[in-house]
Amino acid sequence: MPKLITQVGCPYCGSSCDDIEVIVSDDNKKILEVHNACIIGTNLFMHANDPTRPKLPRMRQADGSMKEIAYPEAIDFMAKTMLAAKKPLIYGFGSTNCEGMAAVARIAEKSGAVLDNCATICHGPSFLAMFDNGYPSCTLGEAKNRADVVVFWGCNPMHAHPRHTSRYSIFPRGYFTSKGQMQRTILSVDPRQTDTAKLADIHLMLDQGHDYELFDAFRTVLKGYDIPDVVAGIKKETIVKAVDIMKKARFCMIFFGMGCTHTDGRNHNIDAAISLTRDLNNYTKCSIMAMRGHYNIAGPGQVWSWIFGFPYCIDLSKGTHAHMNPGETSSVDLAMRDEVDCFVNIGADAGAHFPIQAVQHLKKHPFITVDPNFNMASEIADLHIPVRIAGVDEPGVVYRMDNVPIQFKAVIDGLPGVPSDEELFDMVYERMCELTNTQPVWIAAKEDRKHPANISAVNEA
Amino acid sequence: MATVTLTPTKTPELMLEANSVTPDAFAGKNAEQIATLECREGKTHVTIGDFFTVSGNAGATAAETDIVIAGDCTRVKYIGSKMTAGTVTVNGNADMYVGGWMKGGKIHIKGNVDSFCGIAMEGGEILVDGRAQNHVGCAYRGDWRGMKGGTIRIKGDAGNDIGTFMLGGTIIIEGNAFIHVSTHAEGGTVIVKGNVDGRVGGQMVKGTIYVFGEIKFMMPGFKKVDKVDLEVDGTKATFDHYIGDLGERHPKSKGKTVFADLYLKA
Repeated sequence: MPKLITQVGCPYCGSSCDDIEVIVSDDNKKILEVHNACIIGTNLFMHANDPTRPKLPRMRQADGSMKEIAYPEAIDFMAKTMLAAKKPLIYGFGSTNCEGMAAVARIAEKSGAVLDNCATICHGPSFLAMFDNGYPSCTLGEAKNRADVVVFWGCNPMHAHPRHTSRYSIFPRGYFTSKGQMQRTILSVDPRQTDTAKLADIHLMLDQGHDYELFDAFRTVLKGYDIPDVVAGIKKETIVKAVDIMKKARFCMIFFGMGCTHTDGRNHNIDAAISLTRDLNNYTKCSIMAMRGHYNIAGPGQVWSWIFGFPYCIDLSKGTHAHMNPGETSSVDLAMRDEVDCFVNIGADAGAHFPIQAVQHLKKHPFITVDPNFNMASEIADLHIPVRIAGVDEPGVVYRMDNVPIQFKAVIDGLPGVPSDEELFDMVYERMCELTNTQPVWIAAKEDRKHPANISAVNEA
Repeated sequence: MATVTLTPTKTPELMLEANSVTPDAFAGKNAEQIATLECREGKTHVTIGDFFTVSGNAGATAAETDIVIAGDCTRVKYIGSKMTAGTVTVNGNADMYVGGWMKGGKIHIKGNVDSFCGIAMEGGEILVDGRAQNHVGCAYRGDWRGMKGGTIRIKGDAGNDIGTFMLGGTIIIEGNAFIHVSTHAEGGTVIVKGNVDGRVGGQMVKGTIYVFGEIKFMMPGFKKVDKVDLEVDGTKATFDHYIGDLGERHPKSKGKTVFADLYLKA
């Protein structure tokens, strides 16, 4: 008899929807139906049924082919390779749980690695702006219940966060927003007419790459000064009208995305947006939020800030302190400048997302991919280690885009013999400790951890 | 004055983090002792002697020590960082953090430098004959107290983020600059002799910028107030005087609001 599992978290986008319902077969092996999720989320669950999912690590052979090997051999290779490297780079974590991120932090510290996550090619500049200017943010619940003016700046949730608009930002009826969409004024700032822009009351179609000037114009108008007739391709009247709408809002909510963080100026665009948010609070309530991409990409920011004091681009090679300076310690810069000699790709696809030159540099050295599925990074890797899928066959804590932690469930049993990220990294850590004749530090690990339960059994296997 | 000459013998596989290549670290040491000073390459501990041959002994103090690197340092970081006196000359390129957190003395790079040249600088002088990458005289990430004093002169072009969060000192770019000049600055002077793409003086509170060439995209928060004749870095010219950034907070002095000044050659 198939079982219905409710209140399941969706391991796709930063909205981290936690109202998914999944029907699974009575043996807990197969997902039959997924309700409430968007089409991408549904596919993510259904993908776990794929019978061709890798079940054993694969090592590149001398002739270039991949050969399946046992887990202890893969763990030994990963531990030895990372210890031998002068400066390994660990990148990824778009799709793992916080337990895995905490476990990998122990490996990174032991091997003197640079620890980086997908924010480095995504919302990393938002962090830099937060360092410089603060982050006057709120939770998505507040946005849903209070916001009557919503600004989408350089983001397109209709495609990137499919249920964001229906759960939090445009359509839902909240406590003070009981009329839903009718009560909300939507502004979209985007050089393209996206599907989100089509929903907006005003679409400011600015010249690409001129967000900073437009933010400055908004602030100048807000301060009561005159601005030129056209700024960033937008007429003065439109800017004045938009500022007036934001000023007269009961609660104004600014969501920003890649359009701000990865056009010229990067962190300065966000910096100006945060300044605008602060200025608007002289007149009304205003809040700002980064449209984080993955369901738990806010996780490494939380976990590693707690452990090392920095959210991403953490250089632990000194052994005594963490050093962080994107531009120097960011993954793509390290790769382009040939500054690392080992690459570990975890729960992300550097093969698909990095510039080709960066991948070419990384490929000169050992390249390890830890991922439940086959992807571009796994196909060019020297070693591919499969793990369970966090949020599908492995439970865990994830942080939603507003930094609210949510406990995700496992809906099916994991593939037999395949470890979770946390178990794998703890085994690698234990092996590193054996190789360096040091005692593993388990003080910081949670008491009910699954590993080490019996490391010697794994070694002998 | 005593001169220590370092001659590169091999190129580091990764980047060499040569925090100890400063007159302060060399002072009072002979050539053998200098060769044993520690550097880092990734997590490995290396010495200056692993990558350079050292000749000549250092002076008794940093002020009496001149360092000459007779070769290319494209893969050497932190040259002259945190130095307080003396001189460093590189007959070639240098990597990141040249003269970062520097308090005094003089650095002359005869080639190009990479990013973060003179970040959080407090005094002294940096001269770069070639180009500079990004973040010249910028603040360290998250620090609202940027460059406080000293002079940086880049003879070639520079990238973005010049003098971010600057509080004092002078930066002179003789070539062109990309974007973000004196962003968030609360003092100091930046002179760009070439063209700038845009974002000059964004979120600027106080301080002065001179631009001899064109600004492709002017910040909307800057307002033209008058025309003035000035002598800037030895050149006399007429400049359009703008004040701004009108969108940013500004302090008051003697009842008048203090704005940042932007002088654009007419």
